[in-house]
This record gives sequence, structure tokens and C-alpha cells, in this order.
Amino acid sequence: MEEDRGFWHSKLKEASERNSSSKDANLEKWRKNTLKPWEDKTGYKPREFINSSAIEIKDVYTKNDLPEDQDKLLGLPGEYPFTRGVYPNMYRGKEWTMRMFSGFGTPEDTNARLKYLISHGETGLSIAFDMPTLYAYDCDNKRADGEIGKCGVNVSSLKDMEVIFDGIDLSKVTTSMTINAPAAVLTAMYFSIARRQGLSLDKIGGTVQADILKEYIAQKEWIYPPEAHIRIIRDMMIYCTENVPRWNYISISGYHIREAGSSAVQELAFTLADGFYYVEMGKNAGLDVDQFAPRLSFFFNSSINFFEEIAKMRAARRIWATALKEKYGAKTARAMMLRFHTQTSGYTLTWQQPHINIVRTAFEGLAAVLGGTQSLHTNSYDEAMALPSEEAVKVALRTQQIIAEETGVTDTVDPLAGSYYVEWLTNKIEEEAYRYFDKIESMGGILEAVKNGYIQREIASTSYRRQKRIEDGKEVMVGANKYVESDEQPINILRIPKEAQDRQIQRLNHVKATRDGKKVSESLARLRKAMEDPDTNIMPYLIEAVESYATLEEISNVGREVYGGWKEPIII
Amino acid sequence: MAAGKNQSSSKQRPPKILLAKPGIDGHDRGVLVLARAFRDAGMEVLYAGLLPTPEEVIDTAVNEDVDVIAMSLLNGAHLTVFKRVADLMKERGIDDIALVGGGTIPEEDKPALEALGITGNYGPGTPLSTIIEHVQKRAAEARAKKLGQD
Repeated sequence: MEEDRGFWHSKLKEASERNSSSKDANLEKWRKNTLKPWEDKTGYKPREFINSSAIEIKDVYTKNDLPEDQDKLLGLPGEYPFTRGVYPNMYRGKEWTMRMFSGFGTPEDTNARLKYLISHGETGLSIAFDMPTLYAYDCDNKRADGEIGKCGVNVSSLKDMEVIFDGIDLSKVTTSMTINAPAAVLTAMYFSIARRQGLSLDKIGGTVQADILKEYIAQKEWIYPPEAHIRIIRDMMIYCTENVPRWNYISISGYHIREAGSSAVQELAFTLADGFYYVEMGKNAGLDVDQFAPRLSFFFNSSINFFEEIAKMRAARRIWATALKEKYGAKTARAMMLRFHTQTSGYTLTWQQPHINIVRTAFEGLAAVLGGTQSLHTNSYDEAMALPSEEAVKVALRTQQIIAEETGVTDTVDPLAGSYYVEWLTNKIEEEAYRYFDKIESMGGILEAVKNGYIQREIASTSYRRQKRIEDGKEVMVGANKYVESDEQPINILRIPKEAQDRQIQRLNHVKATRDGKKVSESLARLRKAMEDPDTNIMPYLIEAVESYATLEEISNVGREVYGGWKEPIII
Repeated sequence: MAAGKNQSSSKQRPPKILLAKPGIDGHDRGVLVLARAFRDAGMEVLYAGLLPTPEEVIDTAVNEDVDVIAMSLLNGAHLTVFKRVADLMKERGIDDIALVGGGTIPEEDKPALEALGITGNYGPGTPLSTIIEHVQKRAAEARAKKLGQD
């Protein structure tokens, strides 16, 4: 523990020494002779310039704001420490994957939406699930009433997954599933469908989110206590390392941390801290870091403060590479590369004057591209209100296509490198992240810091501060607290008809009536034994259970009985 | 209204609000901001935590003698879940606790919620001051009813 503290503590010290800029005589002269007279003449009133991380922004940056070894901090694209990007030629070689998150209503609805997106040029599938699925309640549970298909597609059994992927060749697409607490069950279902398509598991690729730490931090979708979920993720990690080499079994996510109200620095620091925890988990499970670390991928938010987001993404790559190499002993470049998906910020979108959200999303998407993202979801303008309509999704996808094919920002790699401001901000954000790592280590690690509510409180404080700044007009949200229009015209939004629920319940009833009940109970009994024994890997038992058409809730109830539930620490 | 001793002490007590996210929904950014904002505005604030059932929300509200249940949902299930809370309150004959709603509630759903006695129904971007003012007003009404029953 002391040793661990030592690592981040010394990194913090190094960074803050590096970042303490020397006096710039030239600039002082400029302030006196040029700036001051100008400000006097124009009647300049001082105001505050800070970003989401409360980092104060200076008027002008120069070479003196960067350390002497700045070039070493950058490296070249595709080389350690990957500040400039994980691939040598980045988008000159291959565009990012345009991955639009979709999923709503019934599996039939989602299947149609996926095929629509594929036919419009989407290159990777991404599936959202509804709340009952995310919490592992079947569609016929009383608690799920009114929620079926509302925030994503509903999956109660393998049957639903069969419909979602009907007619989609899993060897031709990669699929990202935004699922956490029940990720292992959904993964088992996906593997099962791939096998039925005659594919061996080493031929398929995809991602499940399965980042349970950020659930306790931000998104708050869990079933069991943290330790139980962590054990299940560990099993998935081991199983996939051996059998499904192209499966990204954890997408370490800052997105929700940010949407829950954190700053950019907090998003970065807490997400990477979660990532380090998973690296330690893999190492403790006896896996080779060079073998499993390349399967860990990240998911960041791209919010509205343009340069802060870009700097955050560049800092993320450098920190991860440094930690993997120096702290966790990785030897291969692939294990040190931080690859990530980005989604533009939902929180920055306004309910008011929804069409202006297209513009916000375009800037946020551009920031993600300049930050070197590997894939991108651009939000639709109606997302502050509901799941996106087909028209709104198309505009959002076209926004990415314009960035990629019209603006020319992809012509050269990491075009902002060397900007005094961007490099200074990258260095500063890195330092602030180190400050959090040091603090978290001193608390006994991220799991402790989450269980005692420290992380959640940090986020809630930032979130409240920001809300007050918006109230006070210190931060502007166009259309919401400035340039407000009194006669807002409602736009057409997607509504999920009640029939979605009826249809799902019908299908579930049919599954239950036609499956082999004996097979179900036997597979669940075997699953229980595996869950009770921490040394048994539960993945094969999960696959067996889903293939017997045991439902998501039935499977999860075994876990609920074995592990119990979880009440979060009170943080208000 | 006669000024009895109990009544005046009860009158001086700050408004007591139960914040709740009934239903299956972990989006708690809004509710956590409101918790602090209500407290800073001088209200007493309780939070029902995540995933309470409507029954649990009402039990807590009754046991804690709150003035307002302020419900937040961002999962689109407000018409079902808010309604269940309102229906249960009616079944149990509770009329001295006000119901206030908020979240991603489309304009066209508001009349149906209002008809159930669920007011406010504010969406994203609503100034905190608007929400606070409304909750205070509903709390005062509920308090007056409680006093009337004493």
C-alpha cells in the first residue's frame, strides 16, 4: 500500500514541478506595454475564466508554460506515451467507427433500427437496454410495469436476443452492448447466438460495458454488492481471454461519471482509477497483463468546453500508458494503448430550442475527433427529452460524416499538438488526475473510496456548484438561461407504445410455456453451485442457463440469493 | 385558523420534503442537486434512495410526516409510476401530503399528471428557484391541511 501511494505521490510531485512555469520576461513586458493600455482603452472589466474542472485559464500561453522535456511527454503518434494518438496515421488510415447507440421498444423495433443504421453506413452496432433489463427484472415483473422498452430494448430471455440479431451476420459487425450489472448474462446470450450462426467464438468481436465500479459511482445500476459483481467480471475476463480474444469485456466508462455531474478532471481521474483496479484484478487472477490489457477499452464523454475535452483525452492516453508501463509492468505497446469510444454530452443539451442541440453536438463531436477517439456516438437533438427519432438520429450521424469527410480535420494526425494552450492544459489535467490518484490510494483504493461515498460526494458537489453557476448566469446554456424564447414549439418525439410491453410479456409467456422446465431448473442449480464457489468460473454455467431459456431475472435471482443486494452509502 | 400551541410550533417547522425516485431508474443527478438546493433554501430534506417501490415511498412519507413527496424520473415511466404513487395515496386516504413531479416529462403528459394531483412536472433546464418556490407553496398547502386535521 505504501508502495502504491509512493507511485502516484511521486508522479504528482514530478508533474507539479514540471508544470510550475518560469517567469516570462517578454510576456511581462507585453502585459505592461500592450495588454494594459488596451484594456484601459476598451474599458475591460475582469471576469472569471475557468473550465469545468475549475482550472483557471490565463489570457495567453507561451513556450514558457511548457516544461523543457515537453517533446518527451508527447512522443510521436502510435508510440509511447501515445499522447498524440494510438495509431501512427490515425484517421488518414481509417476513420473512427461511427457507432450510434440504439435500442428501444421491442426486439423487433431494435432489429429494424439496426438494419436501418447499417444501410446508412454505420460501421458498428451499439445497443441500449431498458431499465428492467439493466436491473435484471423480467418484463412481467410488477416493478417493470411502464418501463418496458422506454430507455432501450427489453431483453428477458435469449429469445429476445435472437430477434434483435435476426438477419445480422455477427462475423461482419462488431457489437457494443451498454449493459453492466447483468453483462455476463447478455454476453452469454450473444455468444450463444454467434454459435448458432455457425461462428466459432474467436471470429466475433464486440464490447460489453460491464464497468461495475462506475455503476456504484454514477449510473447506479447494480444487482449485488460490489465484491460479487467484481468476481463475475473477473470470471468473464478469464473466460474471454481464453476463448473470445476479440471480446472487450470491460468498457471503462467515464461517460456516466460526467453525466452525473463531475468535472472533466474528475471524469478522467475516477475512470482511470477504475481502470487500474481492473488491471490489478486481472493480474491478481494470474493473467498476463500484456495479454489482457489490450482488451480493456474506455468510454469518455465529450462535453462542451472544447479544449478541455481534447486535453482530457490526450492526458488520458499518456497517463494510462505511463501507469501500464511503469506501475503494472506491461511490455507491449498494445497493452499500454488507451483506446476509447466517445459520446457527446447529453447533459449539455437543452430541452428548450432543441434544434440548436445539433450545433452543440457538432462541436463536441469535433472535440472527440481532435482528441483522437476510436469511435463516436453523436447525440440526437431530441435526446434531452426522449429516445431519438429516426430523423434526429440521421442528422447526428450526418454530423459525424461532415466532420470526417468535409472539414479536413482528419488530414493530419493530432493537429493541435504543440499548441501552447492545449499542451499546457493537457499537462495540467494530468497533474490534477494524479492528485486524485494520490488521494484515492491514501484512502485504501478506489473500491474503498466508492464504498464510503467519497467519489459520489465529490461528483455531487461539483454538480451542485455547476447548477448554481447556471442559476447565477455565470455559465450560459443558450436557450435555457440566456436567449430564452417564450413560445417554444414542441417537436415530435419518439413515444414507446404500451403494446411493446404487452408483446414482450406475450413472448416471455410463450418461452416459459415451451421450454424444457427440467433443463432450466438443472442449469440454474448448477449455476448456483458455481456462484457459491469463488474458484469456479461461472461463464460456462451462464451460457448453459441462457441456452435452456432460463430468463434474465431467474438467472439473476440465483445471484440475488447467493450474494444479496446492495444499499448505497447516503451522500446527501 | 385558531393559533393553538401545537399548531404554531408545527407552523414554524421548516417544510419537510421527501425526494424519491420510485421505479427502476438510477439517473440521480437531478435529485441530488435538488436535495442540496432544498436544504440551502431552508427545507428539511429526506431522500428515499434508489429503487424504492411506490409503497415504500408512501410508507416513508407517512412515517416521517413529510409535507411533500418530490418525485423524479428520467426513464419515461412517469405516467405509470407517478400514477401508482398517486393512486396508492388516494387508496390510503392520504390527502395532507402534496405530490410534485419532475424529470423528462413531455408537455403533452402534464395534464394527465396534474389531474392526478401531481404538480410541477418540471423538465431539464428549469431554474432551481422556480422549483423551490413551487415546492414551498405545495408544502404550505399540505401543512395547512395537516393543521386543519389536528
